[in-house]
Amino acid sequence: MLDDFFIRAVLAGLGIAAVAGPLGSFVVWRRMAYFGDATAHAAILGVAISLAFQVSIYAGTMLVALAMALAVSALVAREQAMDTMLGVLSHSALAIGLVAISFVPQARSDLSAYLFGDILAVGRGDLALIWAGAAGVLALLAWRWQRLLTASLNEELAMAAGIDPRVERLVLSLALAVLVALSIRVVGSLLISAMLIVPAAAARGLSRSPERMVGNATLIAALAVMGGLWASLHLDTPAGPSIITAAAAIFMVSQAFRRA
Amino acid sequence: MTALIQASGLTILRPGGSETVLQGVDFQIRPGEIVTVVGPNGSGKSSLVRALLGHMPLAAGRVERRPGLRIGYVPQRVQVDTTIPMTVRRFLSLPRRVGDRDAARVLARTGVGGVEARQLTQLSGGQFQRVLLARALLHDPQLLVLDEPTQGLDQPGIVAFYKLIEEVRRQTGAAVLMVSHDLLVVMRASDRVICLNGHVCCEGTPQHVSSAPEYRALFGAESEGTLALYRHHHDHDHDHHHHAGAH
Repeated sequence: MLDDFFIRAVLAGLGIAAVAGPLGSFVVWRRMAYFGDATAHAAILGVAISLAFQVSIYAGTMLVALAMALAVSALVAREQAMDTMLGVLSHSALAIGLVAISFVPQARSDLSAYLFGDILAVGRGDLALIWAGAAGVLALLAWRWQRLLTASLNEELAMAAGIDPRVERLVLSLALAVLVALSIRVVGSLLISAMLIVPAAAARGLSRSPERMVGNATLIAALAVMGGLWASLHLDTPAGPSIITAAAAIFMVSQAFRRA
Repeated sequence: MTALIQASGLTILRPGGSETVLQGVDFQIRPGEIVTVVGPNGSGKSSLVRALLGHMPLAAGRVERRPGLRIGYVPQRVQVDTTIPMTVRRFLSLPRRVGDRDAARVLARTGVGGVEARQLTQLSGGQFQRVLLARALLHDPQLLVLDEPTQGLDQPGIVAFYKLIEEVRRQTGAAVLMVSHDLLVVMRASDRVICLNGHVCCEGTPQHVSSAPEYRALFGAESEGTLALYRHHHDHDHDHHHHAGAH
């Protein structure tokens, strides 16, 4: 079954959806959209570094994304008006990554694979890594769930209960970096944050509790993966952008059914 | 140690600076006592509370909390983002899960029984403050810490809220530490008032504090109302600027 490239693509996409649902919900709750952007854009620099030093692309992107996530979360903790700073970081990370990758000859040719993903080329090894990573992130989020939720709702309330909001921010940064690394081959650097935000935003209006929202976001992300891949197969459209388009379509429909 | 919290010589610096927010503050609160901290904006009221709770680094001094002290805390200006769908019931189970019966009990005690299924963002300001108080009452606190709990409430709402606090104290025996702007009402509900302005200006019973020249220098015209409230005999010295200048 895993011999079929299409089956592998679906499974890879579902692995990403399983993480993007819960993590995307946190991104929406904590208004970290730009944070996700900056971290995801840093992944291109990670690809350039991995290729230049001939290390695993997953390891390279994860380290660079993690460094970016930590830098951003340290800045966010210090200052209030952060959107300009995050914008600067996000766009600079992307531009610097693109410049750096131009120095690596073998990457120039398939740059678009790193920007928009190449889900149809996912191999067995990639698939194993995606599912192992997804399971790890989900276990981490499940373990910290009550604490993460309290800290996201209100940091003062969290501190009063003995929760250190900085630790929870660190947990989310780490989870985000892992997701970015896992997604680079599937939806690519530019579309990762769309995969985080669009399904969670669609789920928001349909959900009355945080757990329902996570469930709905995961379901919507999974539907988007299958819808996008179906379109890609039958209409010969690019897979990554098709997945996001499907998610956007679900978002628009969801707006008609808003409850809360 | 009979006090629930005992602090001495507290000095706190502004984050990342060398300016002091609080200088040499002594504080204690005993079981069952209602203590109110008043002071102008920027006088270090919230910093004091957060230092007492251990949420803030001290530049000098020490805070001793009774071992195992159970504190119920309502922070200042709790805002719940509309991006998080959250029912009142789910909120009460954060971060520690509680049973339905406990949830119903604290909501009923604070006068918002039956709102379990409502979204937090659909509550009125007064209802939300009562839900926050209900959450602070879970796990049987020995001390309630309320930082400006009536912000955004109208006058009748404020009066009702303080009445509720006194009732809760009577029923549970919990001590209450409040930070407030609502001089008139809050002082009437207090056993002891601490007037803060970077240091402790004056401290004592509401009657004592409201007639202290330091308090009147800080609060000017509004303090006259407090005085009238207590029908406290005073010499009608309206020269507050003199006190302010000496300060």
